[in-house]
Amino acid sequence: MTVEQSPDAIIRVRDVTVQFGRTRVLDGLDLDVKRGEILGFVGPSGAGKSVLTRTIIGLVPKLSGNIEVFGVDLDAADSATRRSIERRWGVLFQQGALFSSLSVRQNIQFPAREYLKVSQRLLDEIMVAKLVMVGLKPEVADRFPSELSGGMIKRVALARALALDPELVFLDEPTSGLDPIGAGDFDELVRTLQRTLGLTVFMVTHDLDSLHTACDRIAVLGDGKVIAAGSMADMQASEHPWLRQYFHGKRARAVMG
Amino acid sequence: MKSGPTLERNAQGDALMLRASGAWTASFAPSLEKLVAEAEKLAGSKPDVSIDVSEISKLDTFGAWLIERLRRSFTRGTVEAKVDGLSATYASLVDEVRRVTPAPDDEAAAVTVAGMLDQIGRTVAGVFGTIAALIDMLGAVIVASARVFLHPRSFRLTSTVHHLEQVCWRAVPIIVLITFLIGCIIAQQGIFHFRRFGADIFVVDMLGVLVLREIGVLLVAIMIAGRSGSAYTAELGSMKMREEIDALRTMGFDPIEVLILPRMLALVIALPILAFLGDIAALYGGGLVAWLYGGVQPEAFLLRLRDAISIDHFKVGLLKAPVMAAVIGIVACVEGLAVQGSAESLGRHTTSSVVKGIFFVIVMDGVFAIFFAAVGM
Repeated sequence: MTVEQSPDAIIRVRDVTVQFGRTRVLDGLDLDVKRGEILGFVGPSGAGKSVLTRTIIGLVPKLSGNIEVFGVDLDAADSATRRSIERRWGVLFQQGALFSSLSVRQNIQFPAREYLKVSQRLLDEIMVAKLVMVGLKPEVADRFPSELSGGMIKRVALARALALDPELVFLDEPTSGLDPIGAGDFDELVRTLQRTLGLTVFMVTHDLDSLHTACDRIAVLGDGKVIAAGSMADMQASEHPWLRQYFHGKRARAVMG
Repeated sequence: MKSGPTLERNAQGDALMLRASGAWTASFAPSLEKLVAEAEKLAGSKPDVSIDVSEISKLDTFGAWLIERLRRSFTRGTVEAKVDGLSATYASLVDEVRRVTPAPDDEAAAVTVAGMLDQIGRTVAGVFGTIAALIDMLGAVIVASARVFLHPRSFRLTSTVHHLEQVCWRAVPIIVLITFLIGCIIAQQGIFHFRRFGADIFVVDMLGVLVLREIGVLLVAIMIAGRSGSAYTAELGSMKMREEIDALRTMGFDPIEVLILPRMLALVIALPILAFLGDIAALYGGGLVAWLYGGVQPEAFLLRLRDAISIDHFKVGLLKAPVMAAVIGIVACVEGLAVQGSAESLGRHTTSSVVKGIFFVIVMDGVFAIFFAAVGM
């Protein structure tokens, strides 16, 4: 534990290096995510945004560096501590990662059924509440993931990520594959949840609309490091060539008006 | 940690006041549910009910829903329960759960006689469906072969060679090992029992006929059904799940021609080769045991073997091999293409590919036995 630890940082990434074979994906990366904020994480395709997410949640081993979530170094933590931390976060994977042999109902109830000893009635009611929250009708509860559209899979996966009312959610490209209205609703939903549940959101995204409407702060990944972090205005003022292209391109102008 | 949730009940005259406090969150859900269930028993006892939530320190979806459940159970006809002291932070969450309508019931199918008969009927119909699917696939493969024969440039040589490596070359060590061991065991058992009649040397006749006619090819076919049939089903099944087969089709390729024909051809070439190697390994193993355990000298073994078996025995075995390969391949491909969206379905079809493959191999072996007896081979 270092001395400079700020109490409001929910995720602290220090000097993290990740390497696959000979390719160095993350190279001494530093990042703080503050409690209660929505951090949008952008960068060119293949820059390692998903790799960083997966490194933080412990799916990808790191070569060196230090990651603390909720003030706990997950590498040093024992398995009980790890589990209690994992209960406090929810993850939305890029492809949804729903369990294909379970129905929507069972998918959403899965974490709660494993962790909480509550009645089937409450599980069902909470499941419906989560479905309504992510903008789906309760009728989809008995469908299987292979019978859902891409956007519905995203929503069900978000409902599952929120099943235990986590404090921190990781969203990997949540709005990709959603229609613009659906994506807008999704951003609004993330905002609402963040306000009501005091949620902290770590969102990997490509969607300029999401960055604009949902995110409090934006971090940009390039060359294995965070090359810029700050508000939308900071990003637009930046002179970095990739940032200029990204935030002043044709699509960006259309979004910002 | 945080203080647990409580729900105080306060009855004054016509009014009932429920005061919720503490953390109403998922981690306390089990005790919260009990609290709410207790309080719900008072529903209808007082006309004027209010729920005070100002003391709640933390609220999430679980807590908000249980407050909402409480409110609904106290709301009877014209009497509406009030929720007081809701802080602005949580107001939108409570609004959110207010939109929830109780869950539709999970309809569990009751076990009835009609239901059981229905199930039996479906299973029987399924048998015909399976046979129809196999014949359908056989036809499709023959048509695709004819097309490739007419246009040899559309033949996928690289793919065929790749599959040949997978199902033939890489299978050699395990096939040779297993058939060698089986040859050893047959010889040992034969010598052990024949010795009582002083008929040791007839073990060579038994070994030769059994291995060349039946055991060699049957064993190899069963192992290939388990090894390559399952792999084919799993490969095609996961391609089906990821819509790769649909993608091929939309690009104007015939999945039968691109995916199935090379696999079938590789199997049909591989099985006779493996059966031949298996025959040799089993005879070698049997000869070794006959020499070391039974004292039959190698020269005597070879002499006896030459008398005992004819080329017909060998031909019978190898003629069966390509047919069995085709059966295994067709079953594996039909099962692979029948996979639906879930991981469970992939597992089910892979299992059934192996089970049906082995079943049809044994059925074919019986048919061949009758056929060869009729033609006198």
